[in-house]
Parts: sequence; structure tokens; C-alpha cells
Amino acid sequence: MITLSHYIVLGAILFCIAVAGLFINRKNVIVLLMAIELMLLAVNTNFVAFSRFFGDVGGQVFVFFILTVAAAESAIGLAILVLLFRNRSTINVAEIDSMKG
Amino acid sequence: MSLSLSILLTIALAPLVGAILAGLFGKLIGRAGAHTATILGVAIACGLSFYVLYQLVWGGAQNFNQDVYTWFEIGRFHASVGFMIDRLTAMMMVVVTFVSLLVHLYTIGYMAEDPSYQRFFSYISLFTFSMLMLVMSNNFMQLFFGWEAVGLVSYLLIGFWYKRPTAIFANLKAFLVNRVGDFGFLLGISAILYFMGTLDYQTAFDHAPELVGKTLQITQNHAWDAATVIGILLFIGAMGKSAQVPLHVWLPDSMEGPTPISALIHAATMVTAGIFMVARMSPIFELTDAALSFILVIGATTALFTGLIGIVQNDIKRVIAYSTLSQLGYMTVALGVSAYSGAVFHLMTHAFFKALLFLGAGSVIMGMHHEQDMRYMGGLRKYMPVTWITMWIGSLALAGTPFFAGFYSKDAIIEAVGESHRWGAGYAYFCVLGGVFVTSLYSFRLLYMTFHGKERFTIEHKAHGHGHDAHDDDDHHGTPGVLEHAPHESPWVVTVPLILLAIPSIVIGGLTVGPMLFGDWFGKAIHVNEANDVLAELGHEFHGALAAGLHGFAQPPFWIAFAGFAVATYIYLFNVALAGKIKNALKPVYELLDHKYWIDELYFAVFAKGGVKLGEGLSKVGDTAIIDGAIVNGSANLVQRIAGGVRRLQSGFLFHYVFAMILGLILLLGGYWLIGQ
Repeated sequence: MITLSHYIVLGAILFCIAVAGLFINRKNVIVLLMAIELMLLAVNTNFVAFSRFFGDVGGQVFVFFILTVAAAESAIGLAILVLLFRNRSTINVAEIDSMKG
Repeated sequence: MSLSLSILLTIALAPLVGAILAGLFGKLIGRAGAHTATILGVAIACGLSFYVLYQLVWGGAQNFNQDVYTWFEIGRFHASVGFMIDRLTAMMMVVVTFVSLLVHLYTIGYMAEDPSYQRFFSYISLFTFSMLMLVMSNNFMQLFFGWEAVGLVSYLLIGFWYKRPTAIFANLKAFLVNRVGDFGFLLGISAILYFMGTLDYQTAFDHAPELVGKTLQITQNHAWDAATVIGILLFIGAMGKSAQVPLHVWLPDSMEGPTPISALIHAATMVTAGIFMVARMSPIFELTDAALSFILVIGATTALFTGLIGIVQNDIKRVIAYSTLSQLGYMTVALGVSAYSGAVFHLMTHAFFKALLFLGAGSVIMGMHHEQDMRYMGGLRKYMPVTWITMWIGSLALAGTPFFAGFYSKDAIIEAVGESHRWGAGYAYFCVLGGVFVTSLYSFRLLYMTFHGKERFTIEHKAHGHGHDAHDDDDHHGTPGVLEHAPHESPWVVTVPLILLAIPSIVIGGLTVGPMLFGDWFGKAIHVNEANDVLAELGHEFHGALAAGLHGFAQPPFWIAFAGFAVATYIYLFNVALAGKIKNALKPVYELLDHKYWIDELYFAVFAKGGVKLGEGLSKVGDTAIIDGAIVNGSANLVQRIAGGVRRLQSGFLFHYVFAMILGLILLLGGYWLIGQ
């Protein structure tokens, strides 16, 4: 029997993988975008799980909104990435430090 | 009948109006307008002062004591402008306005060539106003106002010829030395406010006996008697203003100012403000033998030792300046033995003959075309007979010749000191007796060197373009002792004041000695405890002015003065070469006196240099190191250093920021979780 806790643990694992991807990854900016998507998916999993658990459809409606926003965000992120590559000729995270104080 | 307020206001304000007219509208009203306005103002004040005195003494008027105007209020503290008019005040008002009027008149002649004529008249009228405010006051606040105002005018007038570096130096010195005294004075006034809760004279004096037994914790483990503390602090103020040792150093230098000022401010009136103040505060000073002993010793020291300096001075004005110091010492001694009326009496007679001597000296200086050095004078009596005779009268009065004004006052002081049993009276008696000899010696030395003997100047007629005694700021002649014209008698505006001052210098003492010293003339204005009342003791032996004068011939002071006269006559008239021989024989003594006991040098080395050193130290340590270095630049440096450390955190790498965010989140949640536990 799969209970609510299984879904929550899955969400947590997904979230942790995403976080690890954010700061362990030093190579590729695209991986960062993917990690952010993964984080959002972890949240979505929780939303759906709780929605089912409480019998409230509102949670599942929220997921649709989040997916839409995530798609838009990915599009913007990829556009920024293209511009970044044009200007710096690299998408290596370790080389992008122009905000250094 | 009582005095009317409008008369008193007119007395005080008429000179102020004159000063404002001459000072602010000097250009508009011109020279004649300026002296007319100020003389009119002072003449009104003088006439009304005489009227007030007449009303108080013969007209049966009551003493006047009333607030006129509320100056300011702070909480329960109330400062007002008011007048307290009794016989002491009335006498001071008459002396101040009378001498001031004559000095105004004299100034027309003395300052005739000066470009800042109007400014001068404005200042002396302002001085008259300030001095009147000082003496007419009925509370300590107004007294302090007058006290500072006369100090300010004195400063302005010493530096009147502001292009002379020596004058600027002298007025700064006078101001600074007076500041020391005024600081004590202000502390004294504060102490009165602290103990009595009021600054009104009458209330303070009524409550003065309550001071007995009260103490003030100034130093650890020792409680000071309140009355003594107040007395000494107030007297420190008087020491500054009345130039008592060790704050006397400013007065001789103040001779840099024009001579009429030396007569009015630095001899006759302002410098006696301290004496007047102590006499006015007699109900407080009577409570404290210690403060009076202090006053006595200071006064006695001043009386003898500053007089000695006068013997070796060659500048005619400086001789008289040291004489003023010495006479102020006499007055202070009189205060010290509780003979307040003796002090005030001497103040009055001294005002007349010392103003006379100064104005006479000014007349000599004019006649000699601004030569002040007595070594280049001599034989002037045939050129300026009026000045000669009046100076003789002034000097005889100063030396205490029987029947002259100075005799009665000075003799009374000496005898009062002899009668007194206060601590220090023995020393004071020695000093005042020695002072008599010294006074007589320098007075007659001055007369002989100036008016008698051979002429020590030569007259060279030569063609020159500039006007007759061009009164420039630095009009000293190229060669000392060489005059371009023969000395001449001064114009009538100068000689008339001399004559008018010579009359009271002769008669005022004899006329007023009976009631003022031994009668109850001052009434309640001056309070003396019965046990201290030395003048009452003397009064038993007093049988009229004539008898006192005749009796004076048989007294030691007369013979001491005569000895001074004889010595001066022999050395400076008959055997002129002897002076130089004595000077060489007593070289160390001469050096000591010529350098004024090195007090100036000491003050320079200790206070002036010390002040500069302290300032340098504060500038280097306090300003450069602490304020600039530590606070201003230091805070900037600190921010820079902290920022330098913090900026390393901002690596620009995204994964560092993310890591920090996650770490923060974990800490936050962990913190909540811990609190929740």
C-alpha cells in the first residue's frame, strides 16, 4: 500500500537531488535550469499527493498553473542562456563570476 | 519723599544714547556732533547724580530699591534689571559721572587730531553707561553685566590704536587676565545662588547670617566654610578688575590706550569696581575672617611691592599706573580690616587726584609732542604752568600731605590697619607704612624729572610738511629728546578739567572725612560687625578735619612721606648724578624692580607658553590623533576593512550563493525546530 508518506518522501528526494544539482554542478548552466524544474516537480508531487489525501481538487489545479509558469520560466531561462553564450562564449558555471565583489 | 525711577533711568541711559549716537551715526553728525551728544549725555547723568546725592543726603529721600525690568526667567530663577540707590551708590555715581564728564571735555583737546574721534567718544560714553549699570545694580546678575561691559570697553579702549602691535598685545593681556578674575567672580555669584537661592542684593544680604555654619565640600575630607568660599571667590573677581597681585599685570600695560582712558578707566573708576563690589557685599564679607585676612594680605602686598616698581619706571604714564596699583592695594587693605567706608573714601579721593595726575600726564605728553619718557623731559614748569601746579596738587594729595584729600583717606587706612587685630594686620601695617615712603618717592621723582631741573630735550626747528602734532598711530619721533617745537601749554579744554579736578583733590577729603568715615553716613549700605569696627575706634580720637590735619604732622606716616620727599628732592633735584650711582650700586635690586619681579616673564613662560603647549598637545593628540585619526579616518578605515573582508563572500559563483541559501534555510528550520522542542 502506497501511503501519503511515500509521496512526500519522493518529493523530498527529488528536491534534495535538485538542490545538490544546483550547487554540486559546476559545468553547465542548462543543468541548473533542469535542477530548478526538478524542484518545481518535487513541489508539484507534494501538491498532488496532498490534494488526493485531503480530497481537494484545488491542489491539482495549482499544479497546472505551476507547470505553465515553469514552462515560461524555462523559456526565459533558455533565452538568457543563449544571450549569455553569445556574449561570453561559454556556459561553464565556474567561469561565470562577473558579479564578484 | 522718594527718588523717582525716571530720574534714575535717565542717569543710566543718557550716556548710552550719547554712545549710540556717536558710535553708529558718527559719520552723520560729525566730530562736533559726536562730542556734543556724548558730553550732553554724560552732563545730564552727572547733574542728575548730584541731584540724587543731594536728595539722599539733605533732601531726606529714602533709599531706592526696585526692579525695573525682567531680563529673563529660567524656571524659578529670575533675573531682573533694577536699581538700588543708597548713599554708597549715589557717591559712586557722582564720582563716575563727574570724572567722566571732565574726561569727555579733556578728550576734545587730547584727541583733536585723531581720525577715530567719534569712535573714542562713543566708547567712553558706553563706558560711563556700563559703570553706572554696575554701581546702580540691585542684583548680582546686573552687577555681572556691568562688570563684563566695563571690561569689554576697557579692552576696546586699550586697543584703541589697533594698528599698534603693543596695544593689541596689551588689550589681549588685559582681557585674558580679567577673565581669570571673572571666572572666580562668576563662581562666587553661582555660590551665592546655590546657598541663598536668589541673586537679589537685599534678599541675599538679609539671609547672609544664615550662611554661618554652612559648608561646601570642595576637596575630599575637608568641608569649606560657605561664607569664606563665597568671599574669596568674589574677591578673586575684584583682584582681576582692581588689579591686585597676582592679577595686576594687565594694568601697567593698559597704558597703551589713550591717556584720557588711563585717567577714567584705569585709574579713577573701573579699576575701583572691585573695591566698590566688596564694600557693597560687606554683609557677606563680615561673616568670614579668613576671606578678609586673604584680602588684607593680597592688598598689602600690592600696596608696597607694586609701588616699588614705580620708582624705576621712566615712562610718565607707567609711574602713575604703578601708583594706581599701589593705591588700589591701600583700598584693598582697608577692605581687609573691615574699614569698608575707609576703602570707599579712599576710592573717592583717589579718583579725583589720580584722574588729575593722569590728565596732567596727558597734558605733558601733548605739550612734549607725544614724548612719554621722563628722561627727555625736565624744566617743563615754565612752559606749562597750569599743568605744573595742578600736578603738584595731585602729587601732594597722593603722597598724603596733611589737609589734602589723600591725607585723610590714606591716614585713616593706615591707622585702621594699626588698630586691627585680624590675622595679617601686622604685615599689612608694615606694607602700608613702607608704601607711604615709596609713594612719596615716586611722586616727587616724577614731578622733578618732568617739571624741574635741566631741560633734557633739544628743540630743532626744521621745515616740515605735516601738521602740528600730527596724531598718528605711531607718532614717535625719530630721535628721542629732539622736539620740533618748544613744549607748550595745553588748550583750555585740557586745563579746565585739570583745575576742576585739582579743587576736590584739595578739599574733598577734609569736607567729607567726618561724616563718611566716622559718622553714620553710609547708613545700612555698609555693614560692619561691632567687633571688627576699627573705624569706630578711630572715631573716638577724631575731633574734626582741621584737628586731624594738624595732628597728622605729628604722625609717623607724615614723617615717612616727608622722608620720601626729602630723598626724592635730594636725588632728583640737587644731586642728579646720584640716581645713576645708586642704580649701579644696587644693580640686583634695580634689575628686580625693572623687570617687575619677573612676573610677566613667569606668566609668559608658565601660562602663555603652557597654554600654547597645551594647545599644541591637544591639537596633536586630541585633534589630529583622536578626532581626525581615530574617529573620522578611523571609522572610514574600519568600514573599509570590514567591507574588504565581507566582499570575499561575494564570489560571484552561483553555487556559492545557492549553498548559502540552503544552509540558511536549514539553520532557520533547525532553529524553529529547536524552539519548538
